Amino acid sequence: MARNISMRQAINEALDQEMARDSSVFLMGEDIAGGAGGEGEMDAWGGPLGVTKGLYHKHPGRVLDTPLSESAFIGAAIGAAACGMRPVAELMFLDFMGVCFDQIYNQAAKFKYMFGGKAETPVVIRAMVGAGFRAAAQHSQMLTPLFTHIPGLKVVCPSNAYDAKGLLIQSIRDNDPVIFCEHKVLYPHESDVPAESYAIPFGEANVTREGRDVSIVTYGMMVHRAMDAAADLAKSGVEAEIIDLRTLSPIDMDTVFDSVERTGRLVCVDEANPRCSIASDVSAAVSQECFKALKAAPRLVTAPHTPVPFSPALEDLYIPSAAQIASAVQKTMAN
Amino acid sequence: MSDPRIKPVVMPKWGLSMKEGKVTSWLVEDGKTINVGDQILEIETDKIAGALEAQDGGILRRRVGVPDATYSVKALIGVIAPPEVSDAEVDAYVAAYVTPPPDEGDEESGPSYEWADVGAGKIRYAKRGDKGDPLILIHGFGGDLDNWLFNIDALGEVATVYALDLPGHGQSSKTMAKPSLKSMTSALAEFMDAAGIASAHLVGHSMGGAIAMQMAIDHPSRVKTMTLINSGGLGEEIGSYVKDYVAAEGRRDLKPVLETLFADKSLVSRQLVDDVLKYKRLDGVQPFLSSLAETIFGGGRQKDAPGKALGGAASKALVIWGAGDEVIPPAHAQNLPGAKVHVIEGAGHMVFMEKASEVNALIKSHIAG
Repeated sequence: MARNISMRQAINEALDQEMARDSSVFLMGEDIAGGAGGEGEMDAWGGPLGVTKGLYHKHPGRVLDTPLSESAFIGAAIGAAACGMRPVAELMFLDFMGVCFDQIYNQAAKFKYMFGGKAETPVVIRAMVGAGFRAAAQHSQMLTPLFTHIPGLKVVCPSNAYDAKGLLIQSIRDNDPVIFCEHKVLYPHESDVPAESYAIPFGEANVTREGRDVSIVTYGMMVHRAMDAAADLAKSGVEAEIIDLRTLSPIDMDTVFDSVERTGRLVCVDEANPRCSIASDVSAAVSQECFKALKAAPRLVTAPHTPVPFSPALEDLYIPSAAQIASAVQKTMAN
Repeated sequence: MSDPRIKPVVMPKWGLSMKEGKVTSWLVEDGKTINVGDQILEIETDKIAGALEAQDGGILRRRVGVPDATYSVKALIGVIAPPEVSDAEVDAYVAAYVTPPPDEGDEESGPSYEWADVGAGKIRYAKRGDKGDPLILIHGFGGDLDNWLFNIDALGEVATVYALDLPGHGQSSKTMAKPSLKSMTSALAEFMDAAGIASAHLVGHSMGGAIAMQMAIDHPSRVKTMTLINSGGLGEEIGSYVKDYVAAEGRRDLKPVLETLFADKSLVSRQLVDDVLKYKRLDGVQPFLSSLAETIFGGGRQKDAPGKALGGAASKALVIWGAGDEVIPPAHAQNLPGAKVHVIEGAGHMVFMEKASEVNALIKSHIAG
């Protein structure tokens, strides 16, 4: 039975149901149980933004608070995965991944390859991404391209509660390391979510709006900005198709190509910095595969090549807006 | 407002979740005479696109609904009135029209669905109307009760209508261990017990038709009449729909499969495909469907032939078929001697969606005897 619940609740439900289904699933991370040293439910924050709230009591001994040492506990999670467990490690902010990068990109991502396909590393690393939370340059980055670059990692970034639950369940059941990126601004965002368990396969983009004039390819929070832009554009008779990639590795380029073959125009929207981004990646692939179908040069709407500003006014300017997306679409329509 | 000569055309409510719909285009001009059942305009909802059939006859005086604009359910989108009503009176009617509030039972005021417990778990159902005999709508393989969105309210005018999700389908439990025609029929009998229905008119589509016939064989006293729509169980042949439906993993595979259900392929909207995918991805659904498909349709043949065992009960049956059915051959409509038969042109396997008014009228007249 479907109910309207938030992305925060949907993620909590996915963790809860997978822990109930599979005894090898466990959680570890900073402050995910409680953290302030007190006792009982009052203390159970359930992570810095309350995503794992209540799980500590429901699954005794399987929600592990860790010391403030990312390199240690991410390494421990990867080791546990290599030994047959299915750990879900929460790293708070994706920005902190730097201190444990060897464990992720040179170990977890390589085990299957280095051991001739005999080793599996079914670890999920959850972390918050994105700007708009007034959390300044070191807690606001959209570092999805960094992980997408590395073969052997799967990278997921849901835009809504329904997708978050199904993609997280798939991430936990998947036998490869998954970087699960949660946009902190979307935690309260609600949609219809079945109470039952379900898995959404990786590598299947979602078309969130159909349109004949232009293909807008995006993911995460930018899906909502693109939908706003499309509603605006429709008033002037421009019908935009919006493709939510949902998973960045693997990436569903077939859906993108099909769409561009029909519309002939492409706008890529990415909250990440512009260089070597998902936007530039999609644009390059489309330019190569759909060159003859293109009626105008693809356009990219991204954050600027700067850190995320601390000033709220500047942060708002930094994040790609619906107006910027609409303007990029109008430019492709002018050609 | 109360001028009885003036009839409003309003945004219909297709299915329990519909709140608004978009006018796509008008199919008739101002000033044209329309008859009840004529298709007068195209409407698109977030679930489905379809043509609105006139509920009243007369002259279409005013097309209020503007193409591409969205209107809430029951909002005024057109006015039918005889010539003696002046344009000024039509203007005044349009100006004074107030969209009625949503019905009781809508999402805000209470649950739209009810639940019953049977041996195979929880059964979700919807109930409409409270006069006349009980009538049960039984969907086909991979379907759910929302398939009846164009029928449930119309039939609710003359009967107490129950539409259920069969075990393993829709939002009913997905835990039935060995699904078969027999076990699905037993679950239907248990549902009738739980809902306090001693006997009912059964309306079954596809596999649901086979279940209705099996019910008439296993529990003859519980079946008042049968309406068998593009029914299973009347012959061996079946297309590849069931196999393809079970195998489809993504939107790209599934869309062409769902298109084989309809004569008008444009009825398969993105939302329809997404809804089926969401159902198929629930834990337990895939093993359930594979098992059911193997038991009932293994080897690409229909294994059960309840039609042959009906005997005299065939006279209780009305057989309706969409002539363009690509799933089960329309020739099967002739395989139930003693039954009334109606073959409807311009419709496929989902004839009760594509030609809803015609099918509803046939069912109403059949159950009236």
